[in-house]
Amino acid sequence: MEILLSPQHQKLREEFRQFVDEEIVPNAGKFDKEENMPVELIKKMGDKGYLGANVPTKYGGKGLDALSLGILNEEFGRGYSSTQNILTVYGMVLQAILRCGNNQQKEYWIPKIISGELIVAYGLTEPNTGSDIKSLETVASKIGDEYIIQGEKMWITLAQVASLFLVFAKEKGEPVAFLVERKTPGLQVEPTFGLLGLRANMLGKVSFDQCRIPEDNIIGKMGTGFSHVASFSLDIGRYTTAWGCVGLGQACLDACRKYTETRKQFGDAIKKHQLIQKKMSEMIVDVRAARQLCFYSSCLREACDPESPFETLVAKYYGSAMVNRVAGNAVQIHGANGCGSEYPVQRYYRDAKIMEIIEGTSQMHEIMIANNYSKSGCGKDRF
Amino acid sequence: MENIKQRIRQFLQRSIRNVDIHNDSVIADLGIVHSLFMVQLVLFIEKEFGIEIDYDELDLANFRTVNDIAALISNKINSENGLQRKLS
Repeated sequence: MEILLSPQHQKLREEFRQFVDEEIVPNAGKFDKEENMPVELIKKMGDKGYLGANVPTKYGGKGLDALSLGILNEEFGRGYSSTQNILTVYGMVLQAILRCGNNQQKEYWIPKIISGELIVAYGLTEPNTGSDIKSLETVASKIGDEYIIQGEKMWITLAQVASLFLVFAKEKGEPVAFLVERKTPGLQVEPTFGLLGLRANMLGKVSFDQCRIPEDNIIGKMGTGFSHVASFSLDIGRYTTAWGCVGLGQACLDACRKYTETRKQFGDAIKKHQLIQKKMSEMIVDVRAARQLCFYSSCLREACDPESPFETLVAKYYGSAMVNRVAGNAVQIHGANGCGSEYPVQRYYRDAKIMEIIEGTSQMHEIMIANNYSKSGCGKDRF
Repeated sequence: MENIKQRIRQFLQRSIRNVDIHNDSVIADLGIVHSLFMVQLVLFIEKEFGIEIDYDELDLANFRTVNDIAALISNKINSENGLQRKLS
């Protein structure tokens, strides 16, 4: 990767790495165990500009390019997947507003979000609606200049602490997205605990009981909730998650390199044992391959190439599969130590599983990749 | 305008074989719309024609047919050229 990074990118990577090593790595185990992270950390991420890293500078963002955003998410993924996922959630909400919001909405909401003043959540998934988003059950009814929202969302990251929700609903069958403030009467959050992975993400179930939302809070046009708002935001969500998988894979590699150098069995450091070497080499190549797919995706994003959504899908699909293989090998290399809390690999293993589910399950991505490849020119003869 | 329409048809034709796409074909009825389609279409329009699609233009009606898309693009280009002439 060194050969591909400009001096500016290398400098940014060092900055991100330092923040993660100081603020996140020493606390990741604690956050995970307590299923919580301090909102002050999110504010610190906002102060550094990480929550709106790719937001244009005219809205107060850092205006970083696609590769820089990727490197940021790789480093956060290396530090702790929960914190990287927070970047993903912020990215999705911000992208919805940037792409589909009007000027007043952009000028009002974006500075507050990227500073960390507002903690945001992305309200798409429901108890009966996961992959099949077109079967959304949350409804909105127009009365005067307001919409009344009724429904329930589930598995919502940061719901426990969010002050602003991007909520998807249907109005007379037309998909629509709203910004809903936590203080809205009728909005209730029930915390979700005991997750398999990304435990510190402070998830919750959010219910909307006759919540009145001003029509000025619609993001995008009526009817474009899925085609535009969700599509654009899920695209960036997949991109940052793909890079996060690379970071998590790298964390597994780093842990295994350290462990295999010090752990001795049969009189030798286990790094000298051939079957350990086989696992390590597979992991090294797997992580590198995933990083290259992410890098290719970043090049296309930067060029605003129409094929970038497809290649982002490929990168996320491969990255999430890769990190499950790599994390599995990491635990295996650590043996019984890999199953305990002294070493981080058991957390990596649990977090890896979540990567195949969030921002689109791997099975949905398999269908999308195959369908897009056969229907369109996506990916053909390009690389 | 015909050049714009041709380029749009070429982009859409990548997604479907054995069916000719006409300027007034309803794109949603062609069987080529998939979950990535709108993002790809907007990116194509912005890159190919050097314009930025604003909030006001992200209306489904603007993307219904080749004619509709071409009208959107043509209006954008003309208004941007008009603004440039005004400023210079």
